[in-house]
Amino acid sequence: MLKNAIGREIPERIEGLGELTPYQGPFAIRPKNRRRGPQLRQVEPGEKKLLPNLEKALIETGAHDGMTISFHHHFREGDYLLDKVIDAAARIGLKNLVIAPSSLTNVHSSLIEHIKNGVIKRIETSGLRGSLGEFISKGMMDTPVIIRSHGGRARAIEAGETKIDIAFLSVSSCDNYGNASGCVGRNVCGALGYAMVDAKYAEKVVLVTDTLVDYPNVPASIDQTDVDHIVVIDAIGDSGGIMSGPLRHTSSPRDLLIAEYTAKVVEYSGYFKDGFSIQSGSGGASLAVARFLRDKMLEKNITASFMMGGISAQHTVMLKEGFVRKLYDTQTFDLEAVKSLAENPNHVEISAAYYANPHSKGAVVNCLDVGILSALEIDTDFNVNVITGSDGIIRGASGGHSDIAAGAKLKIVIAPLVRKRMPIVVDRVNTVTTPGETIDVLVTDWGIAVNQKQPELMAVLGKTGLPLYDIKELQEKAESITGRPDLIKYTDRIVGIVEYRDGSIIDVIRQVM
Amino acid sequence: MNRIRRTMLFVPGNNPSMINDPHIYKPDSIIFDLEDSVSLKEKDAARFLVYNALKSIDYGQTERVVRINALNTPYGREDLEAIVRAAPDAIRLPKAESADDLCTADQIISEIESKAGLAEGSVKLIAAIETALGVINAYKIASAGQRVTAVALGAEDFITDMKSERTNSGFELHVARIQILMAARAAKIDALDTVFSDVADEDGFKQEVMYIKKLGFDGKSVIHPRQIEMVHSIFTPTVEEVSYAKRVIEAAVEAETSGSGVIALDGKMIDKPIVERAYRVIGLAKEVRALA
Repeated sequence: MLKNAIGREIPERIEGLGELTPYQGPFAIRPKNRRRGPQLRQVEPGEKKLLPNLEKALIETGAHDGMTISFHHHFREGDYLLDKVIDAAARIGLKNLVIAPSSLTNVHSSLIEHIKNGVIKRIETSGLRGSLGEFISKGMMDTPVIIRSHGGRARAIEAGETKIDIAFLSVSSCDNYGNASGCVGRNVCGALGYAMVDAKYAEKVVLVTDTLVDYPNVPASIDQTDVDHIVVIDAIGDSGGIMSGPLRHTSSPRDLLIAEYTAKVVEYSGYFKDGFSIQSGSGGASLAVARFLRDKMLEKNITASFMMGGISAQHTVMLKEGFVRKLYDTQTFDLEAVKSLAENPNHVEISAAYYANPHSKGAVVNCLDVGILSALEIDTDFNVNVITGSDGIIRGASGGHSDIAAGAKLKIVIAPLVRKRMPIVVDRVNTVTTPGETIDVLVTDWGIAVNQKQPELMAVLGKTGLPLYDIKELQEKAESITGRPDLIKYTDRIVGIVEYRDGSIIDVIRQVM
Repeated sequence: MNRIRRTMLFVPGNNPSMINDPHIYKPDSIIFDLEDSVSLKEKDAARFLVYNALKSIDYGQTERVVRINALNTPYGREDLEAIVRAAPDAIRLPKAESADDLCTADQIISEIESKAGLAEGSVKLIAAIETALGVINAYKIASAGQRVTAVALGAEDFITDMKSERTNSGFELHVARIQILMAARAAKIDALDTVFSDVADEDGFKQEVMYIKKLGFDGKSVIHPRQIEMVHSIFTPTVEEVSYAKRVIEAAVEAETSGSGVIALDGKMIDKPIVERAYRVIGLAKEVRALA
């Protein structure tokens, strides 16, 4: 075991995953390799790409035991494709598959059966929820899952660390030569930002749609030059599912109080000026921050240059009203936003690599002024956990959290001080997904703590009348209500490794007792 | 003025997640409710919860008030037995109709204070007037002893008792408001207005708060944290008001120093009541600043 730069014990090697590099700092690892692309291929005039079903697509693309299949999670809780492909793989007798979806949600619990019956051997993902997260946390897989951020996944794919043999990508509409969109079709999902990376780098790309349209289906998010085959099925997903999950609009006074404090921190931080940029997360308070800022923007007569993050109707209204000049969209969070992406030229779809890949010539996160982030837990060193619950079970997603925290100029974590009788500020988070050195401020309903590494910001906010505390004082306040929770009991067995965006290991997740 | 009471936030006594930290919304007072928001089968649990919350949670500078059940119900006496021992700042007595109601409560509280080793009179009383009889007896209630620190109007029960209806203009409450206000002023205690139930109607709420401030109330009960900011902004003296008050006081001091009997400011004569009001504005501004 080695201790990484934030003091977490990391094994030097894990059976089935190989050598591990411990985390050394947010920009310590410099890339040395070249991008790894797919084998060149010639599709000749007259060749047909349409295949009758998923089994045929697996066979035609050379599916074999132990290969890696990737998926995207743009349909979130409404995804149908992943289950259908794995069922098809099981029917033709494939075993030991590695699946590398951009994330997994509550609808993917059927994977448990396929892990038990040997079809799936290993998982790489951003998140895990529901019974699948519980199953894995209880040590039911032989090889640990790899948890990556969205930028980290794009990096791993481009670097060839995640070598995708076949990408099965559901698209809302497609023509018979592989031009695909998420904005048009029977079941729309909006941006295809995660899928765009898979389409460029997977050895074989199979698009799956329920809406085959006339050639050419342009503008296309994924284009014909990257696509091997197309399969038409009855339904790829449920558009309604893109709104579920953690996203919600809030009227909760607690969320609104946090949002109000956060908007004030942004306002006084020095970054709130004409042309500023901001990303906000998917929680209720996070979405409400934008509403408070809107009023301040009106008052000060300023506009934002761009906003990003999961894009929702609220962002698109601000775009239409002229509060923001461009929206960057990797993942679309509701149907109103899908409509805007289709119609408004200033609402721009971007790939996960463009959004956050650290080993590129400049991801959008590097251009961001303010990032608003959530937390399941934060420790007194400002390390954040967004992956394991207070019971140690995997029930979250790394998402763009560490990417935003590394890139943006002002990184604010927002959370209620107490959630479901558990304190949010702790001595040591169960799992670190984002290192504390990349977090500047914690805003809670009880008050605000500034990272000591930001003395200037602390001095500026100190003059504003906002309720500022040392993070340890906030911890004491939380514990005065909840008491100090018992530590979770883990076995030594590692069930997941958490990669930092640069590919080093920031933490491991152990099996809960 | 006893203490600043622009807002009194009602919190249901049986809701642990709301009892934990209502002070983060910065009301001047919190009213932990054991009465109307708690169903009969929850009365014991709520009493237990509020007692323990008062004993263990630090609510900072926020005044801690508990609305008990009326003393003529099976719960009121037990509420006092438990809650007074947790040393809240005040007890809000519902449906106060006579000085006797307050004297009875005062006597019981005194006994418990003595048994619990608390200083006599440390737990104040706020009388909620919610019936026609209560309004008629308002001054007797307001002046029923040292412990009584404020009188409050409870509109819903009053409207029912009066067989009238709630309107946006509030004319049906006008006499009760004035009577309660006069009683409070005569007894030199606070006058607190009733809740505004439609949380979504921000305009209606604002109009009502402006209206009761002009009438002379010291503050208002609120049922939602989002209502607090509006009341505070209306009840907090503006920069212009504070600046004018300072100039009035300076003029008064100057007149006194120079031995002049007439105070003048900007060519106008300033009467003594205007000086008194100026001191009140400065006092309120100071208290608000101290709370912030």
